[in-house]
Amino acid sequence: MHGRPRKPSKPENAAASAAKAEKLCLLQSQFLSNHHNRIYTKEALEANAKLLEINPEYYTAWNFRKLAVQHYVSEAGSDPQAIKSVYDEELRVVEAALRQNFKSYGAWHHRKWVLSKGHSSLDQELRLLDKLQQLDSRNFLTWNYRRFLTELLNRSVEDELMHTEDMIGTNFSNYSAWHNRSMLLCKQLKAKDTGLKSKDILSKEYELVQNAIFTDPDDQSGWFYHLWLIDQTIKAKPPILTASWPSNGSELIISRKQCPGEHPLYEYQGLNIDLKEFPVILYFNQAVSGVSSSTVNVESFNIMWKPLSPCNSLGSEIWMAYLNLAGEDCHFEGPVSVELCIGQSQGILSSSGSPYSKPMHIAFTVTTEAIRLQDSGGHNPDMMSWEDPNFCADEVDPRVLNSDVPFIEEIKENKESTISEWQKDTICREIAGFRDLLSIKDYKIGKLTLARLLMADDALSYPYGNVSVHSCEVLELLKDLTKSDPTHSRYYEDHISLVLLQQLTSSEEMLRRHLFCFKGANSLSVHKPLCLRLNNLSLTCLGSFNKLLGVQMLDLSNNELQSIEGLEAMQLLSCLNLSKNKLGSFTALEPLRHLSSLKALNVSDNEIGSHSIDTRRYLFSSPLSHNESVKWDPNLVPSDAANPTNYWEAIMLFKALKLTQLDIIGNEVVDDRFSSFLVKIMPSLVFLDGQKLV
Amino acid sequence: MEMEIEKGDLGLGLAVEKHVKYILSVEKRKDDFVSLVMEHLRLNGAYWGLTTLDLLGKIHAVDVDEVVSWIMACQHESGGFGGNIGHDPHMLYTLSAVQVLALFDKIHILDIDKVTDYIIKLQNEDGSFSGDMCGEVDTRFSYIAICCLSLLRRLDSINVEKAVDYIVSCKNINGGFGCTPGGESHAGSYVFLKAPLPSIFMILGDGLRVEQAGLLYYKRLNCSTIAVFCCVGALAMTGSLDKVDKDLLGWRLCERQVKSRGLNGRPEKLPDVCYSWWVLSSLIMIDRVHWIDTEKLIKFILDCQDTENGGISDRPDDAVDVFHTYFGVAGLSLLKYPRVKPIDPAYALPTDVVNRIFFNRILYYYFFNSADDDH
Repeated sequence: MHGRPRKPSKPENAAASAAKAEKLCLLQSQFLSNHHNRIYTKEALEANAKLLEINPEYYTAWNFRKLAVQHYVSEAGSDPQAIKSVYDEELRVVEAALRQNFKSYGAWHHRKWVLSKGHSSLDQELRLLDKLQQLDSRNFLTWNYRRFLTELLNRSVEDELMHTEDMIGTNFSNYSAWHNRSMLLCKQLKAKDTGLKSKDILSKEYELVQNAIFTDPDDQSGWFYHLWLIDQTIKAKPPILTASWPSNGSELIISRKQCPGEHPLYEYQGLNIDLKEFPVILYFNQAVSGVSSSTVNVESFNIMWKPLSPCNSLGSEIWMAYLNLAGEDCHFEGPVSVELCIGQSQGILSSSGSPYSKPMHIAFTVTTEAIRLQDSGGHNPDMMSWEDPNFCADEVDPRVLNSDVPFIEEIKENKESTISEWQKDTICREIAGFRDLLSIKDYKIGKLTLARLLMADDALSYPYGNVSVHSCEVLELLKDLTKSDPTHSRYYEDHISLVLLQQLTSSEEMLRRHLFCFKGANSLSVHKPLCLRLNNLSLTCLGSFNKLLGVQMLDLSNNELQSIEGLEAMQLLSCLNLSKNKLGSFTALEPLRHLSSLKALNVSDNEIGSHSIDTRRYLFSSPLSHNESVKWDPNLVPSDAANPTNYWEAIMLFKALKLTQLDIIGNEVVDDRFSSFLVKIMPSLVFLDGQKLV
Repeated sequence: MEMEIEKGDLGLGLAVEKHVKYILSVEKRKDDFVSLVMEHLRLNGAYWGLTTLDLLGKIHAVDVDEVVSWIMACQHESGGFGGNIGHDPHMLYTLSAVQVLALFDKIHILDIDKVTDYIIKLQNEDGSFSGDMCGEVDTRFSYIAICCLSLLRRLDSINVEKAVDYIVSCKNINGGFGCTPGGESHAGSYVFLKAPLPSIFMILGDGLRVEQAGLLYYKRLNCSTIAVFCCVGALAMTGSLDKVDKDLLGWRLCERQVKSRGLNGRPEKLPDVCYSWWVLSSLIMIDRVHWIDTEKLIKFILDCQDTENGGISDRPDDAVDVFHTYFGVAGLSLLKYPRVKPIDPAYALPTDVVNRIFFNRILYYYFFNSADDDH
């Protein structure tokens, strides 16, 4: 079946095979008849054993033996000797089957079943196992059986660690032994009562794995174990808040536009904002749970914190709440001061169980400036165009330039590093070690490991992302890898995008180069909206959102984006340009479903509808994954659709958006029928593909 | 022979007609030694063969009524299905039965409550699932239970949260998943670590020494790769993919592509067409398939065809069998190969079959008729 050469079977084999077939056929039909008539005589059991010797995977035959055992045990009554001999007979049958094929699952299963009944001696088992492990040291079946026996015999973790060390000592590339070792250590790290510190446990492991890697750097086993060790070393970091919107100390000015006799409209930085749902966003350095009105208190507001993750999980890096600033009569005069108290009471926890331990305050004010309008022209949205002449770098509002870039939302205090000396030393030592190794020989996985260590060092030393010491070296390593390992070039390119974005957002100065003033906005606006233009950067994926929480207008056109994962963090986003990318499906736009402010979207010239396989099918809330954020209703499918099941993604996406402008031309999916379908399901739409809808 | 091979843009092309002929010939054989050894898992074999036929657009080459009535004869009073007539019911074959009925758009002939009842009784206190009344626990049974109930639109009848928690507890150090929580025991139950799905794929092999076949198969099949598929698939169907470290797992899986273009199951091992399904479907579900070179993989699968007699093998010039034919064809489908229907990476059924169940108006009201009588 595997590794068997492709050749026609010979006639003599066919004759022998026919004879065997006849024998097997007889045994099987005999067995089925015994099974159905519940015949558990000695003869029936012997025939059954013969069958299992030929075909140990015949599961019903093992079921039959279990029933037979029950039958004989109940007959034996309370005679322990008789009971033991029933079970001993089973061990004998299993052994016979294992002799035939020591990798038979049915047989191992039965053996474990017998042993778990507790009537058999376990003395022989470890010896049997050692013999098998000598035959094939990497067979996972014997490793699994070893773990089963270890539990049953109550062997200590230390004894088992010794065993894996012996196995690794014999052969460094025994990945099964490394794997078992990591599981044993996890147990030891979790057990608090051993008196061992994780520092001591892990330090010893670094020695062991360094030895393996430096002896045979071409073997992957040691590298994978090393990656796990690094993860164990750095994961014990406490959760901290790395960004918020609004940031601490900010003074937000909201423009209130009002025509005589009409409700006022509110704008922030030249773009509409809904004061009934004024967002507050918290960004942590890792996923946390337990953010609630008691752990994050906002004085005089009644709020509900919710995790911002596409799935309904309890933990998230991003948490948000809406403040209702508008009040009962939707007439906000301001000013209002808002103060958040974070972590005053315990309850915020990282996924590894570390508590949030830095209580802090975030205070900001919101004031209004009134603008009286003569007519109501401002109420109708203008069509916005992303053409280059509409963006201007010189005219960026000087008030913005004088203050901070409005969306570098970093926490100003507590800049000191949060890691222990030991963690820092370990990472530095490993970086130095791998630089040495790479200076001797060029190892692909060594380069990748070094790049990861450098990124980990930056993330640990500067959790707020305001400095990235190593980014140039990391980019160099990744670019090398793209060339030397072209099969996985897209993996390295994704990482290059992330490092580039981190570099680009690490300082206000860097970010300002991408900041433009948008001139094509409603002429009645007092403030020209600011647009962050990250176009033409060859980005394949996105990151560093903690720096960009307050962005309202974003241009990502002319990149290589296949995914916009994480974009849901930008809750203020109102206008988004994704044209000329490689987005392959509507499901790839899932993050947009969480952006309630989004009004204008450009996804023209992408690849929606060009791919028969959708790689985001299960990362999109739908009935397929049983997490419908919008309930599926088949009645929304237009009755004239050629195949109603083709439109489901579009329905589930656009039903959740309140767009006034959509550009979607230049995608395979678009035709006249589809356009009229879009108009039908999005009543709020005013402009489609540059045309005003009537 | 030359006429049957498509001259596509990738050179050799897929020999569709030959493969169809090969599958049909294997399905008919019942009396030789190989077929007898596989007798107990025939229902599962039917699923692999028929799904391959459907992906190649040839499902109607079989007699639907004959297949359906044979499947229904495998059902027990408990609601579960055996691997063949007269064999004990087991979760594996219950899923195969539901999947084949879905292929034929015949789910409505099932007593859905009864099948559901069989599966929910196999959920354990800790959220895990046993494969049958013998109590064997494995994450692949979690996958099977979730897949089966989901296709029957009855997922809410089990404790999904606990089922997901159990799968998450099997996450291992590589971002991947094991068959059971690594080495940790469950009080009161004899949990053991059954390796993944091997026997069920050993279907209807072709004139081989079967006593050896199993051994060879087990030897080369990587436990974690299939456990990864089962766990990622189960998490996908329950909307829980946020529990997967997509970057770490994705990197581990994409490192399985070796220089010879194919995917292997473990470091330093030979490539094998079967990973074109296990690894590729997992990579697709977590949206990291672009991290491998898909053009090269297509070439590798096509090179494993027997262009003379049909069928696909593990590696070029090895002997073919039905399950590698499925893995090869399904792999090509995932790689968007022309003339092969797209397959759903989680439910392991053609996408149009899955979409029909979840989005088709008529089936929607079949499953949820009580609430929407007025339509």
